[in-house]
Amino acid sequence: MSATETLRPDSPAQILRVTGLQKHFPVRGGILGRQKARVQAVDGVSFAVEEGETLGIVGESGCGKSTTARLLVGLIDRDRGDVRFDGRTLGKDLTLRDLRRGMQMVFQDSYASLNPRLTIEESIAFGARIQGLSDPVGRARDLMDRVGLDPARFAQRYPHEVSGGQRQRINIARALAMSPKIVVLDEAVSALDKSVEAQVLNLLADLRAEFGLTYIFISHDLNVVRYISDRILVMYLGEVVELAPVDLIWSRQAHPYTRSLFSAMPSMDPDNRTEEPPLTGDPPNPINPPSGCRFHTRCKFAEAVCARDVPVMRDISGGQGHLAACHLHDTASGHSRAGEEGLT
Amino acid sequence: MSGPGSLVDIRNLSIRFRGARDVHAINDLTLGLAQGETLALLGESGSGKSVTLKALLRLLPPRRTDIEGTMKVNGADVMSITGRALQTYRGGEVSMVFQEPGLALDPVYTVGRQIAEAVQRKKRVSRDEAMSTALDMLRRVRIPSPERRLSNYPHELSGGMLQRVMIALALACRPRLLLADEPTTALDATVQIQILLLLRALQKEFGMGVIFVTHDIGVAVEVSERIAVMYAGQIVEEGTTHEIIKSPRHPYTRGLLAANLHDVARGTRLDAIPGAPPPLDVKPDACPFAPRCPLAEARCRAALPPVHQIGPRRRVACIHADAPMEAA
Repeated sequence: MSATETLRPDSPAQILRVTGLQKHFPVRGGILGRQKARVQAVDGVSFAVEEGETLGIVGESGCGKSTTARLLVGLIDRDRGDVRFDGRTLGKDLTLRDLRRGMQMVFQDSYASLNPRLTIEESIAFGARIQGLSDPVGRARDLMDRVGLDPARFAQRYPHEVSGGQRQRINIARALAMSPKIVVLDEAVSALDKSVEAQVLNLLADLRAEFGLTYIFISHDLNVVRYISDRILVMYLGEVVELAPVDLIWSRQAHPYTRSLFSAMPSMDPDNRTEEPPLTGDPPNPINPPSGCRFHTRCKFAEAVCARDVPVMRDISGGQGHLAACHLHDTASGHSRAGEEGLT
Repeated sequence: MSGPGSLVDIRNLSIRFRGARDVHAINDLTLGLAQGETLALLGESGSGKSVTLKALLRLLPPRRTDIEGTMKVNGADVMSITGRALQTYRGGEVSMVFQEPGLALDPVYTVGRQIAEAVQRKKRVSRDEAMSTALDMLRRVRIPSPERRLSNYPHELSGGMLQRVMIALALACRPRLLLADEPTTALDATVQIQILLLLRALQKEFGMGVIFVTHDIGVAVEVSERIAVMYAGQIVEEGTTHEIIKSPRHPYTRGLLAANLHDVARGTRLDAIPGAPPPLDVKPDACPFAPRCPLAEARCRAALPPVHQIGPRRRVACIHADAPMEAA
């Protein structure tokens, strides 16, 4: 996939610019532990995020959204691709240490993310202390207050002594202790009960406004992503298939996979329940993904060209920033129905 | 629902787990299910929905559990079933599908053999006949190339396929009641909807009653005709799916619907329910939702709320149940 086509032109407003990000995991087997195959977890992912923007990333398990998050903050090493943060390129004029100070992450499992032997105050102050910031404890108490945890009551408690929602507030406070510009939230509200999830979403919106944060918000819940995001990026088997402002993608899903993902949402209308599943079967294994367009094995519009040629991301909205990688939207692709109105 | 037509009749059920800290998991729960009906038990973690299912299958550890009240399935008193009758009851009369099919299936036997074994235990049939029942069941749960799948081991199947196998296993002996404990929570969105529609189709085909436990209102709407909303081990509201979605009466139900974020305008502040569910180390003697409720009054904190029967099989445990509320 041509990386540049997914990207808006380079501009100073872009706080993060990711180009051609790739990660393949080796699958080893046998007594000698030879490499048998490769999981193509993330394959040529490119996007840019502007300062203050929230980018939602959606997709099903195995699509590479969490791997993308981990690559961004340097928790795992990328095979290929550039990460440019705040005008500097990781590995060139930007160190991992500086990147992590500017980009923090919140994980799904609020308990596993915290050291059980540290008090809440110590956990939040830990990173700031390592980074050599001034008054880490004062900072921690301040942030506890900001995320709705009274420092007088909670500072000396341990992670197992508080509820799941409170623990996720602690993780958010810990991420903010470094005064980052970007926070990567990987399914950060998914494990919470619905009523608690709404509280944490309100908190995230408040913090974004107060600190001018940029979020990369990863979730499988489309309603949550729509609520919090400015733009949505859809991934399938390690690749980006669609990227668009929320309102545009909500009214029109250009990629057949995106369309299926949206149709799979429960209807919430007892008089109008879903009658047909939009797709059959499970997503294929990212080891040896299908050739050409990776969705062609499940796509009702698939033709020979789809198995052969990899579709590139192209603007389908006349410059409004709605991009999709599908041969249906490329009149030169050779797909017999390319350019037809009303298909997706 | 009670009387001769009822499949499940739970009355005044209370369940307490004893330990270093007692947990009053179920508190005076009354619930009925008609033959061939699908009910969703909707609630958050700790609300007691899974405990209710386990009690119905007698899966709770007897030494640490105090159970009061009565549970009848098809007229038989569940608590007094023992020995061989209990074995026949589990799987024969009542069956269960779990959240993690990967954990519920035995990794060292083929899926065909596991289904056949269940059939042979309940019915006096030969191994070949049991295997052909297994094949028939795999067909009914719409597994592609079922002959080949019979000899697969669980690790060779995807999550969606495993859940289909789990359903085939649960239905192999044609139970009258299927208990489903968050069976689609671990699945991807496009797979979840397939399983929900499959369960709906199988319910029609087999005519069994289904109690479907979920925390997701959207899932409840897709699968059930009736919904009972649980909070702190009690049913706070019950009605048809249509009634619960279109005219919720309990403030908790309304809060849950608002928290679903369906059709919430972007950028608006969410009408979140404050606080967290109560710990349940003491049995509630007032409305357990009062500390989080925007409409709570002194009398809500003084005594348990009355259960208003506002229609046939439509009830709300709230003092405000009679006053219609404006939509959330």
